[in-house]
Amino acid sequence: MKMMNCPLNGPRNISEFVFGGEVRKQPDPDHCSDIEWADYVFYSDNRLGIVTEWWLHAPSGYWFIAERHTATGEIQRTYDPSEIFNERIEFSTVNKEVLA
Amino acid sequence: MPFALLKFGINKNFPFERHADLQAPKALGSSYDVVIIGGGGHGVAAAYYLAKYHGITNVAVLEKGYLGGGNTGRNTAVIRSNYLTPEGVHFYTESVKLFTQLANEFDFNIMYSQRGQLTLAYTDAAVRAFRQRVEVNKHFGGHTELIGPTEIAELIPCLNMHPGQLSVQAGLWHKDGATARHDAVAWGYAKGATQRGVELHQLTEATDFIIKNGKVSGVITNRGTVHCGCVVQAVAGFSSLLAAKAGFRMPIVSYPLQAMVTLPVKPFLGPMVSSPAHHCYVQQTGRGEIVIGGGSDPYPLYSTRSTLDLKESLLASTLEIFPFMANFRLMRQWAGITDMTPDYSPVMGLSPVENYYLDAGWGTWGFKATPICGKTMAQLVASGGKVPELIAPFSMDRFEVFRQVNEMGATAASH
Repeated sequence: MKMMNCPLNGPRNISEFVFGGEVRKQPDPDHCSDIEWADYVFYSDNRLGIVTEWWLHAPSGYWFIAERHTATGEIQRTYDPSEIFNERIEFSTVNKEVLA
Repeated sequence: MPFALLKFGINKNFPFERHADLQAPKALGSSYDVVIIGGGGHGVAAAYYLAKYHGITNVAVLEKGYLGGGNTGRNTAVIRSNYLTPEGVHFYTESVKLFTQLANEFDFNIMYSQRGQLTLAYTDAAVRAFRQRVEVNKHFGGHTELIGPTEIAELIPCLNMHPGQLSVQAGLWHKDGATARHDAVAWGYAKGATQRGVELHQLTEATDFIIKNGKVSGVITNRGTVHCGCVVQAVAGFSSLLAAKAGFRMPIVSYPLQAMVTLPVKPFLGPMVSSPAHHCYVQQTGRGEIVIGGGSDPYPLYSTRSTLDLKESLLASTLEIFPFMANFRLMRQWAGITDMTPDYSPVMGLSPVENYYLDAGWGTWGFKATPICGKTMAQLVASGGKVPELIAPFSMDRFEVFRQVNEMGATAASH
């Protein structure tokens, strides 16, 4: 079986992993237009070549990022999301007010 | 043999077809009214109906490989209309109706064979969904009914009614379900289209577009530049890649779908059988082979490779419902690229580029829509962009206004 290297658990069978979509910048849900939000939720680049994607190691519930070639299926690199998301993203304050 | 018959046979007025099925290719022209990119079933069907109903014959179909060599030749050739939403059922019912007449219309045998399709339910929830599908189907003139285990056992005596810990509760019996030779559908349309003057250019790949002020006016190919009044994109499997060349994104992710076929055996399976709980569907072709298909792969890819793990799980499911097939030998395996949309419905109609029409997002439901898709795309093109009512619900901007047409529950294998 095809193997994938989980940054947390090491090499595992591909059947243990779940594909989670392209890594993209989320627009601010409180201030973006419907079209921008629809674009983020439904549309994709669906590129041919090396893509950066979210993957989940299902047994351990661990989300990480993989760089993969969409023609050969070759997995180039997998790494913890903290490499890209190294600071907390604050969207608007609306939700905080609701919570408070 | 009666002498008169022999004489008729050697007479020079004997009415055999004096022309080849496909016209000899011409040099690629510099300008056409309509350029259709993709010489699969959908592309040539649109060309055929443009020529037949609208008198538009200055049309070039550009195919980067050979006629019907993409997903037209890679699907599992299922024709059915037992979908879930009114929009979907209405659309596919029209397609099934057209399929029944195609062979006569083409004067070309597409090996259309109406067998009926049976979808199995093992849970109360599935039975409830089936009831809804029955009613929607009946409303649009389809022949679909809910049948119980006794009738299922009579219909398919070799079916295992109690696979694993499951028990067949009911079946969605779709009498209109049929199969046809998928290549022949493309050949028939190509024959009809080229005889009416449409040009089919194989080994001709669209590499870029000429777009000015948001309006397409030409296609750049590996054989030169072609100017055109409008473009129809019908490149299932590569829709996002072509759209990217035209400068826009699509609500599509491309996954391979793997299928396989066994060595031929005696006819034993009339209807086509689908078991969503097992993620597989099984049918016997006219040649006796058993075609086995499943859902798409679990992750996107543009490669039509086969994988052992998916084949194993697909066969394990198949053996659950037909255990005696364990002795069968596999003959061929293949994969096609399925353009999956978020709501499992196609993307048809206008695009962000003016005069650039979309026929995309055909996931696992493309072959069965070939005739009606060709017909409605031809209407769209001939009217200069007036979207026919039948395909209006499938416009790409439905996602921007959150009006999806959810057919996920009505696919044969993936849930």
